[in-house]
Amino acid sequence: MKLWRKPLDADDWEPPKGKIYIIEERCKGCGFCEEFCPRKVLEESDKYNSRGYHPPEVVNPDDCVHCELCELICPEFAIFVLDAKEMESKKPKKKRGKGGGSKKTSQKKKSSKKQTSKKTKKGGRK
Amino acid sequence: MDIERSRDRFAPHYLEHEKWKLGDYGAHPIDKYLRPGRIPHIWCSGCGLGISMTCFISALEESGLPLDKNCVVSGIGCTGRVAGYLKLDSYHTTHGRPIPFATGLKLGNPELTVTVFSGDGDLFAIGGNHFIHAARRNVDINVICVNNFNYGMTGGQVGPTTHLKARTTTTPYGNFEQAFNLPHVAVASGAVYVARWTTLHARRLKASIKEALLKKGFCFIEIIAPCPTAYGRRNRLGTGLNEMKYYKEHSVIRHNADPAEAELVLGGDILVGKFRDEEKPTFLDMQKEGTLDVMSGKGGSKK
Ligand SMILES: Cc1ncc(C[n+]2csc(CCOP(=O)(O)OP(=O)(O)O)c2C)c(N)n1
Ligand code: SF4
Ligand code: SF4
Ligand code: SF4
Ligand SMILES: [Mg+2]
Repeated sequence: MKLWRKPLDADDWEPPKGKIYIIEERCKGCGFCEEFCPRKVLEESDKYNSRGYHPPEVVNPDDCVHCELCELICPEFAIFVLDAKEMESKKPKKKRGKGGGSKKTSQKKKSSKKQTSKKTKKGGRK
Repeated sequence: MDIERSRDRFAPHYLEHEKWKLGDYGAHPIDKYLRPGRIPHIWCSGCGLGISMTCFISALEESGLPLDKNCVVSGIGCTGRVAGYLKLDSYHTTHGRPIPFATGLKLGNPELTVTVFSGDGDLFAIGGNHFIHAARRNVDINVICVNNFNYGMTGGQVGPTTHLKARTTTTPYGNFEQAFNLPHVAVASGAVYVARWTTLHARRLKASIKEALLKKGFCFIEIIAPCPTAYGRRNRLGTGLNEMKYYKEHSVIRHNADPAEAELVLGGDILVGKFRDEEKPTFLDMQKEGTLDVMSGKGGSKK
């Protein structure tokens, strides 16, 4: 991104980073996510899903700023974004305990929660 | 509802599946608000209805309102199918009648938050009278109208919001009827909250829906949405993406604008924003006050 002036506190900030998950079978190839992603992270792929549409693919994964516009604008519930750091930190672990009744605390994804899955890589984008 | 938690729960579930299969539930964080097994929905590629529904769900989630106290009522049409997809107490009523149905729900159980989600034809053609009178009485419901300028479901006939000169199946030589300007109709009828957005303005739309959900009184939100299959094709508007790009180039955001200026012309600019946000006693408030007056002997204007 071009800035006409570097903000004074730019070094204190770390832009959020998203990890994108695409449910390819749901996609109807409308192209909204590809067109309106502000960082041009997504592009139409060459592959087909079983209905003959071209789902998007992630071409610039490092540019995603986790703005979630693609998630909001996808008419098919076919794409969503999770916090990249959080997903990376999710190592194979046992069942999450309690199923606790934690209320909404903060919008920030500070509190890493217990995870069940191991295949963090699988399925997101193949 | 805690969105983070829902994701924690569903992401691993999703990741365990190489491919999403029909009936797999919980592949997307939003799936917990959708009825299991009903996705994929029937809406066409590039249709704006999916975005409208996502925005509603996100707004509901952000509003923090209890899900079991939220009802959605739809009429008939492509938009009317929203009620069938939402995993809430949602009602798919007869054509044109979601507003009287919703009014009954609200008056019968005032602690509910009732939202009508329906199409332009349903709410303003066959259901037009219900709309103006619910707004006049200031019944405490929210009405979300997805305006795709025609009767999408039945093949694209002319409706009360169809642009002048536009081609539809029933106006092959161009529509010669004047169209409704929906925000103007709503303000003139007495709605306390009136906004219009296109499906491109997903974030602002979400914020507006949230405001409406939390506001008392008759709230109206118009969503301009692409219907590439029925309306777009006959008017050479291109794909849904072309229409979205058009919204990007031709939308003018102006809050508190005079709704009389919000008329839509085929090929013209689209005035969007919040037109009205005011406070007024609701139908139930007035009814309560009136009853109390009568009981205490103050009521009536006789003698
Ligand atoms: C009483 C009655 N009259 C007519 C119909 C046929 N009909 C079904 S949907 C529809 C119009 C829907 O238009 P709109 O509300 O704009 O929804 P859209 O499909 O455009 O989302 C009509 C006329 C009906 N189902 N019931
Ligand atoms: S979250 Fe934002 S930046 Fe990341 S892919 Fe989606 S639209 Fe692009
Ligand atoms: S917005 Fe959704 S349906 Fe459209 S191309 Fe992207 S993933 Fe596919
Ligand atoms: S006919 Fe139009 S409104 Fe109905 S699903 Fe298709 S694009 Fe959407
Ligand atoms: Mg319609």
